[in-house]
Amino acid sequence: MTETELLLWVRGPGLQIATVIFLLGIVVRLAEILMLGRKKNLAEARGSAVAGGLRTILTRSIPDPGTMKRSTFNVVAGYIFHIGLFITLLFFAPHILLFEDVLGISWPALPTPVIDAVTVVTIIALLAVLIHRLRHPVMRFLSGFEDYLVWLVTILPLVTGYLAFHRVGIAPPPTLIAIHILSVELLMVVFPFTKLMHTFSLFMARYYNGAIAGYKGVNS
Amino acid sequence: MSKGETLGEALRRQGITRRGFLKFCAATASMMALPPSMVPAIAAALEKAMRPSVIWLSFQECTGCTESLTRSHSPTVEGLIFDTISLDYHHTLQAASGAAAEAAREAAMEENYGKYILVVDGSIPIANPGYSTIAGISNESMLRDTAKGAAAIVSVGTCAAYGGIPKAKPNPTGAVAVSDIIKDKPIINVPGCPPIPVVITGVLAHFLTFGSIPELDALGRPKAYYGQSIHDRCYRRPFYDKGLFANTFDDEGAKKGWCLYKLGCKGPTTYNACATTKWNEGISFPIEAGHPCLGCSEPGFWDGGGFYKALSMPTEDITEAAVYAVGAGAAAGVALGTINRATKARATKAHEKVTINDLEKVADDD
Repeated sequence: MTETELLLWVRGPGLQIATVIFLLGIVVRLAEILMLGRKKNLAEARGSAVAGGLRTILTRSIPDPGTMKRSTFNVVAGYIFHIGLFITLLFFAPHILLFEDVLGISWPALPTPVIDAVTVVTIIALLAVLIHRLRHPVMRFLSGFEDYLVWLVTILPLVTGYLAFHRVGIAPPPTLIAIHILSVELLMVVFPFTKLMHTFSLFMARYYNGAIAGYKGVNS
Repeated sequence: MSKGETLGEALRRQGITRRGFLKFCAATASMMALPPSMVPAIAAALEKAMRPSVIWLSFQECTGCTESLTRSHSPTVEGLIFDTISLDYHHTLQAASGAAAEAAREAAMEENYGKYILVVDGSIPIANPGYSTIAGISNESMLRDTAKGAAAIVSVGTCAAYGGIPKAKPNPTGAVAVSDIIKDKPIINVPGCPPIPVVITGVLAHFLTFGSIPELDALGRPKAYYGQSIHDRCYRRPFYDKGLFANTFDDEGAKKGWCLYKLGCKGPTTYNACATTKWNEGISFPIEAGHPCLGCSEPGFWDGGGFYKALSMPTEDITEAAVYAVGAGAAAGVALGTINRATKARATKAHEKVTINDLEKVADDD
């Protein structure tokens, strides 16, 4: 397979396979969770479950002072790499073209030097959280294979994207781009079957917590 | 140019001044990324160089490479240098034809055995030798035969270097590149569809100057000319960095000369000197004329997923696959959810309450 053929494969059939596994996996898992259902609450409602749920989706996005104080590093580094991931994924011009092609919608891009800088900061933040995870005795004890796998498939697209953008001479440019796309496809395939699912389940979980509390008339 | 005449003598005879000659040497040095101190060395070497014999074989090609060389430059120093080499065989340009032409090739091969430069343009069909023959000789056997005595081979154009358009899917003639057949000779690939004339003369000048082939990249191309991507040297690059793109060929962005990435420009994956040396004596190059780069100096460029499709866009329909995936996922999810519920209901039904007596009984048994 030549480098052009490889690039063509990852842009075509490879992306199709990854998209199908990604979406199929996500929808199956979400459907399974939703179909668990909830027992009917026989207690009298003391507040609105919906309002409590929606409020919690919002309030849990802001770190509470206690958590901030206890694990400043996790909160700060966590926010940096999450925001960095979103910026690099959603505001790099070639990425927007991909979304436009698949979804039919488009939005303005950020200048590439900004994306470049954000990528570097995000990679550093991800390296920092790994070092922290390895050095912190409790976190290390709690971490298993899946945690490291998830970290790896998250950082790979950033690193390969950086290499492809700067055309670092370890491989011909079409191969660099192909490797980058392949790393994203790996992320997409691993996504539904790992903790990466939190991207979608987190809002459901927050709503669920908030709704329970809201029904009881308390803040969660 | 008579036999035994040096390049310097030949150039002077044709009215090239010393100044003009040194200017060419300086330009060649800078293009080959050599330090200025090398200019006198190049001049001295070229001055003394004996005219090399060049045999030019044209196989499955469109003559565009020859056109590029002969037409785009009205007599310039580069052009004369090219005239000054002993082009002993080139069936488009030579006066002789048929048996006389082949005799010229054989004579040149015999006379300069081991020393001549073999230039090839066009790909070689191996599915059936009958697809392309010259004087009844198949391309493959003529290449093998002529390559034997060559000092070096220059594959001019993407067809000779990588198979090019004849090799494009479904490749009916079984076209291959020179390097797929010849393994035991130094091969310099000068790809492009066509390649820039000055790159060809530059490669020949390098060979004359140093008697060796220039430093090549992984794809066999001289690094001096193919060392940087079109994208990195493009004058429209600042628009790419700012996120300013032409969306169509006649919108406001196109008129303002913004980046052509969205229109399918292959600049980021293409290595060539177009953006620096340009074409037609440095006047312009495709992107400057408002057309995205096709990536013609890269292997397999014809099958690269569409000339007008941006590099980051999928080459297959992803939306349809996504719709089916979501549909199938929903169906599978509901089915699994139902099974889970049934399992749970069965477990609830089969559940037997444990009383304190049961526990005491277990304790007694122990």
